[in-house]
Order: sequence, then C-alpha cells, then structure tokens
Amino acid sequence: MNIKEKIKTLVIKKPLKLDCGKTINNFPLAYETYGSLNENKDNAILVFHALTGDQFVTGINPVTKKDGWWSYAVGPNKSIDTNKYFVICANVIGGCMGSFGPSHKNPDTNKIYGTDFPVITINDMVNAQVNLLDHFEIKKLFSVVGGSMGGMQVLQFISNYPDKANTVVPIACTSNHSAQNIAFNELGRQAIASDHNWSDGKYLSNNTLPDKGLSVARMAAHITYLSKKGLQEKFGRKLQERDALKFGFDADFQIESYLRYQGSVFVDRFDANSYLYITRAMDYFDLVKQFDGNLSNAFKKTKAKFFIISFTSDWLYPTQENKDIVIALNAIGADVGFVEIKSDKGHDSFLLDVPDFLKTLKNFLDKSYSET
Amino acid sequence: MKTEYKIIVDLIEEKTRVLDVGCDDGTLMESLKKDKNVDARGIEISKDKVQTCVSKGLTVIEGNAELDLKQFPNDSFDYVVLGQTLQAFVNPEIVIKELLRVGKKAIITIPNFGHWKVRLNLLIKGTMPITESLPNDWYNTPNIHMCTIKDFVKFSKIINFKIFKSLALTNKNISNINNSNLFYKNLFAELGIFLIEKKDENRNN
Repeated sequence: MNIKEKIKTLVIKKPLKLDCGKTINNFPLAYETYGSLNENKDNAILVFHALTGDQFVTGINPVTKKDGWWSYAVGPNKSIDTNKYFVICANVIGGCMGSFGPSHKNPDTNKIYGTDFPVITINDMVNAQVNLLDHFEIKKLFSVVGGSMGGMQVLQFISNYPDKANTVVPIACTSNHSAQNIAFNELGRQAIASDHNWSDGKYLSNNTLPDKGLSVARMAAHITYLSKKGLQEKFGRKLQERDALKFGFDADFQIESYLRYQGSVFVDRFDANSYLYITRAMDYFDLVKQFDGNLSNAFKKTKAKFFIISFTSDWLYPTQENKDIVIALNAIGADVGFVEIKSDKGHDSFLLDVPDFLKTLKNFLDKSYSET
Repeated sequence: MKTEYKIIVDLIEEKTRVLDVGCDDGTLMESLKKDKNVDARGIEISKDKVQTCVSKGLTVIEGNAELDLKQFPNDSFDYVVLGQTLQAFVNPEIVIKELLRVGKKAIITIPNFGHWKVRLNLLIKGTMPITESLPNDWYNTPNIHMCTIKDFVKFSKIINFKIFKSLALTNKNISNINNSNLFYKNLFAELGIFLIEKKDENRNN
C-alpha cells in the first residue's frame, strides 16, 4: 500500500478565496476520522493540529509508523473519548500530509509549486476545513478543540462560524503572535533558506532536500516547546555516552544529542516549504487586528461555551496571552471557563502525559456533552 | 449544605446572573443552578478547586478577585457573592467597590471577630484568638483584615454603600440584624451575611 492509499482526501470543488487575494478550487483536503458519527450527528469534534502535526491524531500514524501526535488525549475512554465522540482532523492546507500544499504540482504549469504556492493564513485553513462539515452533513459540531496553532484555528473557526460549534476549547494559544514568536519562526525559516539545498524552494524538482536547514529549524523550535526547568531536570549537564568532555564539537552533552536527534527524525516526515508556509500563517494570525483592535468582537455572535487552558511553564504562549482571550470573552458576558494547569513540561504539555490536563479536558467535554 | 449557603440561595432571585467570587468547590453555584435556575459563574484561586468545579460542569475561571474582577464590565451580574473572604484581601475597600461595580447587588459574608468567644480568648489568654472558624495563628493566617459585624456596618457608612439586608447566623439560627440588636448580634453571631447595593449617587462610576 503506498502512502496515497493511506490518506483519505476530500476534493474541495467550491472556490476558496484566500486572504492573499488568490482563489483556489478543486484542491485536496486530507483528513482522518476516529469513532463514529451518531444518528443525530451531534457528537462530532473537529480537532485542529499544530504546526508540525497532521490528520493522524491518534493510533499509529500509517505514514510515519509512530504514535499519533495526540495519542494521550484522543482515543477510547481518553479525554476526547472516541467511544463517545466522532473525531475529525484535517491536514491544514499548506501542509505536507496530503492536503493542498507547496509540494503539489501546479496544474497550470505542471511544475511543483514550491514558493509559488500562495501564502496561506489561519483563516484560509479553517475556511478550507469547514467543508468537512458539509461532507459529513454535520450542522453543528459538539466541539472544536486544538492546542498551539490548533488553538488559533479554534478561535478563528468560531469567529467565522459562530453557530457551528457548541463548545470551544483553545489550548496553550494566543490571539496573535508576539514579536518573540515571530522571531523564533523567522530563525527557523532562515535556517531553511540558508541551506544550499533549498534552492529557493525548488528542491523537489532538483531532487535535493534542505535537510540540514530544516533540522536546525526544528532544533530551535523544539527548545521553545520545553521549559528551562524541564530541560534541566531531564538533561542538566549530563554527557552523551562519554565520561569526559572531548574538547571538540561533537555532541558532548546529552541535550545536544537529543536536539540533533529531534532534528534528524523531523526531516523524514516534514517538508521544508510547508514549514515556511505554516510558520508564516502563524505569524500573520492576528484576531485582534481582524476585529479592529477589539478581540471581544471576534466572539460577539457566538453562544458557544468556551474553556481555555494554559500551562504554568509555557513561555511560548504564556498564561497571560491565554488569559487575554478569557478577558475578551468576559467583557461580553460569554460563557467562559479557564484553568492554568501546573506542569514543568513547557508548551508541549498539551501533547504529553499531564494527568491534570487530560482529566480536566475530559471532564469539561463529557459534562458539557451530557448537558446538551 | 452549609446553612450559610442556604441563606445565600434564599437571598438570590430566580433566573438571575450570579458571580461567585472565591467559589471554592462550586457547592453554592451548584445549588444556585439547581434551585434558582441561575446563570452562575465563578472565580477561584485554587487550581484544584477550579478543576473540581469543571468536573461538575460549572463555568469557573482561575483567578484572583483583586486582579481579575476588573475584566468584567459594569453591572454584568445581578449578584456578586463573596463568602468569608473579605478579610483576606489586601484592600477590602477596593474589593467591595469592584463587587458593586460588576454586580448590581453583592452578598458578603463575614466571620464575626466580635463573637464572645473571640473576645474572651483574647481577654483571658492574651494571645491572638484561634477558633473553629479561624484556626490559624497570627503569623500564618490568610485573614489579614478581620472585622466584626459592627465594623462592617460602620464601614458601609465610611465607603458609602447601602446595606439592603443584614442577617446573623448564631448556632445555625438565622436572625435579622438591626440597630437595636446590633450589640447582641455582634456578641453572639458567628457569621454576618449582608446584601448590599451601591448608593444611587455612586452609580455609573
């Protein structure tokens, strides 16, 4: 079975006008589902993935053969209980797991898009994914859930489609990227662009891959997903399979070896141009500006119940940025709950085994579902 | 349920919007929802208790009343409840003003430091009183601004709010507090429960 057979794809025929001005149509949206849709079609949860995630939320990812990115949270009897809910997740457009992206061929020129692919925004991503509701004939989702960039999509989704979800769960996210967020993304993009093999984005036509650049981008980003304390406790100054420093530039320290490993496995599953496009989409995201400086206006039309979760050690999207969303919602009397979960695992906490988080997410969803 | 909560539930009208400041494990919010069909929201400082509230399906935000009340617009609730925590704030005056800005009415309960056991404790032992409801030593108590029922009544005149209703809880018995019995209530009640409002001239500020 080749990769394409493992990926379910919906071809979106309806033209989609992108924020950059271009219009796309007849484009593929790759998705996966878990659990089953009930008769009333009211048990569906649309999960949005983060920067390097994909539609394979849980179980074994058939392409990478590794656990799905949210295996801790999604599955039978888990926080997002697939015995109860019908979970849908799509690969974002601009991505590299089957959805329309820069590694696809431009039908007009028959060449791989590369950097000729249109710049995508978070708004474009959710406008593409809303087509899944029509496909499954779902009038209203029970919930939209996502962490990090997935959380940004959650916020954009409910702002664009205020009647299309009963509950809204943005996790460890922000309503717009800070200068520091943009700076780290730019570091990653520049690492890719300075790899000779990148060839201005035309590497797929040249059969050379900018693996070095992409892996450095991943290493830098990976540091931002962990906390100082978490790193210190896990690695400290421990040496990598040696008793003393070697007085050279090999990976003497375990943390060096760990980051190099993270970089090297990442390039096997991710496309460098997709990395550029998706980080750009995150940087451009500004829900405050979309609503003329007043975030509350993004949520004025919805009656959905919000639950916002942040983590104590997340310095990429710190609690205060999550709380700004809570404040905007309280300012219009929206139904909003909020909790900051104690964890040393940094921004990545939402992906990991953090029992307080997993339990709280489950309680919120199950209790809300029983009340609707 | 605690008698204190029963009294508060009785004071609140049906189908109103209520904010419970320091909502603890959500017991009061649950009975408000059940008995009075109230749209209840809570603020709670303890992560564990917020998580307990979420497991009960309650809408609660983790936060601190001194910092987080300001995010709510004027008059966004019919009632704001503050149960036995006024004495723990750095600035009770600002908190009361915030409660009355956010809520049309506020319900405040006060552990009465004027209770005879507290007075006797200090008189005889000569050390800071420790009682069932005030179990901490002076150096580790969160209660930095203890007051008596009489103090609270006086305070209403100083910072100019209207006490709409005042009740005393004595051995699980509820009674009204008025000018003529204030001395006795201040001596025998364990808890004072006050329904307060802004004075008209203070509205719109």
